[in-house]
Amino acid sequence: MKKLMLGNEAVARGAYEAGVRVAASYPGTPSTEITEFVAKYDEVYAEWAPNEKVAVEVAVGASIAGARAMSCMKHVGVNVAADPLFTASYTGVNGGLVLCVADDPGMHSSQNEQDSRHYARAAKVPMLEPADSGECKAFMKEAFALSEAYDTPVFLRLTTRVAHSQSLVEMEDRADVPLKDYVKDAPKYAMVPANARPKHVLVEQRMAKLAEMAETSPLNRVEMGDRSVGIIAAGITYQYAKEAMPNASFLKLGMVHPLPTKLILDFVSQVDTCYVMEELDPVIETHCKAIGAKVIGKEKFTLLGEYSANMIRAVLTGEVPQTAGKADEPVPMRPPVLCPGCSHRGVFYVLKKLGLRVSGDIGCYSLGGSAPLSSIDTIVCMGASVSGALGMEKARGADFSRGTVAVLGDSTFLHSGITGLMDVVYNKGTTTTIILDNSITGMTGHQDNPATGFTIKGEPTRQVDLVQLCHAVGVDRVVVADPFELKEFERIVKEEVAAEEPSVIIAQRPCALIKKAHYTGSYRINDKCKNCKMCMKLGCPAISLTESGPVIDETQCVGCGLCPHVCPFGAIERVGDAQ
Amino acid sequence: MNIMIVGVGGQGTLLASRIIGNAALALGQDVKVSEVHGMSQRGGSVVTYVKYGESVASPVIDEGQADIILAFEELEAYRWVSYLKPGGTLIVNTHAIAPMPVITGAMAYPEEIVKKLQEKQVQVTACDATRLAQEAGNVKAVNVVLIGVLARTSSVSKEEWLSALRETVPPKFLDLNLKAFELGYSI
Repeated sequence: MKKLMLGNEAVARGAYEAGVRVAASYPGTPSTEITEFVAKYDEVYAEWAPNEKVAVEVAVGASIAGARAMSCMKHVGVNVAADPLFTASYTGVNGGLVLCVADDPGMHSSQNEQDSRHYARAAKVPMLEPADSGECKAFMKEAFALSEAYDTPVFLRLTTRVAHSQSLVEMEDRADVPLKDYVKDAPKYAMVPANARPKHVLVEQRMAKLAEMAETSPLNRVEMGDRSVGIIAAGITYQYAKEAMPNASFLKLGMVHPLPTKLILDFVSQVDTCYVMEELDPVIETHCKAIGAKVIGKEKFTLLGEYSANMIRAVLTGEVPQTAGKADEPVPMRPPVLCPGCSHRGVFYVLKKLGLRVSGDIGCYSLGGSAPLSSIDTIVCMGASVSGALGMEKARGADFSRGTVAVLGDSTFLHSGITGLMDVVYNKGTTTTIILDNSITGMTGHQDNPATGFTIKGEPTRQVDLVQLCHAVGVDRVVVADPFELKEFERIVKEEVAAEEPSVIIAQRPCALIKKAHYTGSYRINDKCKNCKMCMKLGCPAISLTESGPVIDETQCVGCGLCPHVCPFGAIERVGDAQ
Repeated sequence: MNIMIVGVGGQGTLLASRIIGNAALALGQDVKVSEVHGMSQRGGSVVTYVKYGESVASPVIDEGQADIILAFEELEAYRWVSYLKPGGTLIVNTHAIAPMPVITGAMAYPEEIVKKLQEKQVQVTACDATRLAQEAGNVKAVNVVLIGVLARTSSVSKEEWLSALRETVPPKFLDLNLKAFELGYSI
């Protein structure tokens, strides 16, 4: 049966059909749905781990114990998981081990544009790259087979457009892959120097064998057409190039590490001009040039952002597309914003009002940096809000810390904020940390985490108690507060920032998009309005300014009830059901 | 056939692209649907694509390549009009949602957008799909109202649209969505 399937769903289906038994991940766009889809299969144990490092370690343990195992992450997640990755390359596997990584060229939902293919080279691990959903499924199965045949973890690399596009997939049955025996084998799995040295020899031998395999593997395929133009490409760029230049000759690479040598030299020799097209870094191009293949790459194609068929056509043929017309004036941008009813809005309103410096973090609340709330100073990586704020304090003194807060979500705090908080306590900092506890991992599409009380399969489980956790690492001042009670919240922030010891404020209110929020009805502005525009300072997308003053768009308002708190004239009233 | 769906994150453009993709499957052709997840879904400008034909390579539609644009909001229609081929079809919901630069007063929301669009090489169908969705019972059904409008102009039969709808929307919202579809189909 053929089905229209998201790339991420097809990866999950491939894993299922390959007999995967254990999947452990931390959510990250554009990889999140792989693990969500895998979790729907009863035969597979799936979990959200607190972070990518833990997730990969769980998968490595499962592999050593004899199961086919996988872990999925976004490109920056590999940075967190790099420690187990590099040594799992040495131990190799028992049950097949596949790590799915989704890059985000164009940064649709990311803080940088790093190219994860460098990790395959650096960790000496093979990497496959599918170009559509059909290949997502097929390559996932091939990845498990390669993993066991060559005793190595295998990377499956996606990019946003492959992960989040649907195309047709043929469904097959799940293979019966029995659990392999567990036999204690310390020289293979216990990486002390004496064991690791001989393993490094094997790693190099393995990569040489894989490079040989790449010459003839059906993963890499030649499609000869017009020989005046040859194109070497992989993944989504192959699709763009195919659309732009359907008659050209192609070397379509399905394995992007290690790369073939003879296959490339042969292909290049058969065409007049050969281009390497790859989004982000010149990984394939550098290899081609190192082996003496005459190719054109980044001289013509950018290092930045996504490619497109139009862009490739423009470079190769100079063709500019005809269009129906353009807008006659500058069109206002529509950047993403905190949703109507967002639980974070109250926090940022107060932080802006108090003029505090905000050491920010990764999640929906990064949107608190946009106008009119404009209250975030820094965003680096998961967990950096807390440790970064401590660094600021150590650089500029405790007085500077009186004007600074660290802000991060519940899931991000458990991911890697807790280690920063330990550092604050241990090294005598006085940082104030605000945990935006909205009971869910929001930005990635509402995943459970260790603080929500549910597993990925929806089973109730023991909940991490954030208050006790903060107390346990040595923070005595821990306050739980509702960020929509603006006056009280402001008082608490002032008090905690002034304290000459570490403190944590847990701003507790559920995400407006989850059922737990229980918002109903909407609000409207009545004729008591004096047009003072205080409500406009909230940056709520449901409130906009007209010639006659602010109005609430009832189709957007979710009835959260925050805006009446800022109106000095009592002009904002409820419409519809009472809360 | 290249169909672009443009709107504001949270308006249900993603579900719309899935319904259109499932309807296109009935034609027995190659189909690709491109979606948007993550940050831009939070009230930002969102674009999804549905492409079908004998063989579809790229899942993305570039400037000047769309046959049809289904716009969930006026400003978004205006923003993306250059992605339409000359003479292409634009179905636009006349409901306006102010973006943050307009809310903060940094920029003005352009006036008379539909009129300006009609002056281009575009076949424009405009309707207040948000109001029709409210009439059907829930503003969230705006996506299905617009699919109803699209269905009238397409080579896929009404029955196949309805069966794609049944396949894609959750059963408890089916009645609401069938009503929304009819309201769009009969404008």
